[in-house]
Amino acid sequence: MTYDPLDVPADPATPFQPRSGQRGSGFLTDPLRLGTTPSATVGPYLAIGLTWPDGQWAAAEGTEGGIWIRGRVFDGAGDVVPDAMLETWQADPDGGFPSPEDPRGASSHPGFRGYARVQTIDPPGEFGIHTLKPGRVPDGEGGLQAPHIDVSVFARGLLDRVVTRIYFADEAEANAEDVVLQGLSADQRATLLATPTEDGYRFDVHLQGERETVFFAV
Amino acid sequence: MTGTTSGSRLQLPRYLREDASLRTPVGFPDYKSTGLRAPLRTPVDLPHRLTEITGPVLGEDRVVQQDTDLTWRNGGEAVGQRILVHGRVLDSDGRPVPDALVEVWQANAAGRYRHVVDNWPAPLDPHFDGLGRVVTDSLGRYEFLTIKPGAYPWGNHHNAWRPAHIHFSLFGRAFTQRLVTQMYFPDDPLFGQDPIYNAIPAAARHRAISRFDLERTQDNWALAFQWDIVLRGTDQTPFETDDDGDVA
Repeated sequence: MTYDPLDVPADPATPFQPRSGQRGSGFLTDPLRLGTTPSATVGPYLAIGLTWPDGQWAAAEGTEGGIWIRGRVFDGAGDVVPDAMLETWQADPDGGFPSPEDPRGASSHPGFRGYARVQTIDPPGEFGIHTLKPGRVPDGEGGLQAPHIDVSVFARGLLDRVVTRIYFADEAEANAEDVVLQGLSADQRATLLATPTEDGYRFDVHLQGERETVFFAV
Repeated sequence: MTGTTSGSRLQLPRYLREDASLRTPVGFPDYKSTGLRAPLRTPVDLPHRLTEITGPVLGEDRVVQQDTDLTWRNGGEAVGQRILVHGRVLDSDGRPVPDALVEVWQANAAGRYRHVVDNWPAPLDPHFDGLGRVVTDSLGRYEFLTIKPGAYPWGNHHNAWRPAHIHFSLFGRAFTQRLVTQMYFPDDPLFGQDPIYNAIPAAARHRAISRFDLERTQDNWALAFQWDIVLRGTDQTPFETDDDGDVA
């Protein structure tokens, strides 16, 4: 008996089976992916929506061991940026995060929020964050990162935030072992080091120029 | 969402990055202010570790009742077209983001911001400050009542006008998910000449535009616009490495 491809039975012998599980097949077994919402600048009027009276207190006023991190943001002409906003996020002195996303469990350090939001309104054009010096955090590869603070900078003229990290100039030993710093040149590392002051540290951000801060793609 | 500790190795989620062809660049020459501000060097890749995959818990205690209704301030009602703005906050896996803080700010109906820097000759409204806040519910939904913001001139180039927009600031669960953006209204005739809108790659611009929502429009009260916001999601199939770094 010859096979006739045009002799189609009224009822197929087996029900239709999608070719599921084939990567790139276009069937719904591929993970659902929605396009992310594009970012936009905070613009010049961010103070309306993003001012928090308690913004600078990553560690509450009076918390034992509290330090101030102060600094300014400079543009490519060397001028102070008078309308930037910085946000910081960091571990507590024991290296824990007050976040349920930490697979080791959320930490709870008295008076510590770990997050600050401040603006550089001119005058004086300087921000100040009251916090605790972070401890060392596992790097996920068997080592420890040096104490660091993740920083987002937002401003008119930046269509997306830019991200950098604060490290501490007086942590030379830990810094030498840090997996992120190890990937940078000495000049690049220098842009990330906060320098000791009377009541904490100073950390300036240079958006452009010879001393342009190292920014990270996250 | 969270990984497990295995020895000294941590299994961490990895947040996916939108393709560069669909992301707003940090700088855009037609938007003049980016010239001296947008960094010029290529950013250094930062693999996601504990600091990047965690984030602050900021919730209900930052929001008061009046924050979800911008149309009533100082004992009176704001002038303008009353609108309900609502939608969902999702991650790119399509999962709702509950308990997320959403902060919004905007110009009044005449296109004037209540800010010392904004001094163009349009009237301020004593009953409108332009600030709103809301926390998403268990299904990632948000909504607030406001008035439709006006367009305004901004001096970027001759006869430059910003299309009507509402500024949005969002926290997800992780540092990587942080988003500040602007919501536009459908069919705005000012889109074509606006460099902030046009800085968004063409294929992603529709994601910044809300949809007129007749169903949620309230009879004799308010028009409605719907806008879903998508934050970065995680790689759903993270592979675990053993002590030799091999994929287990």
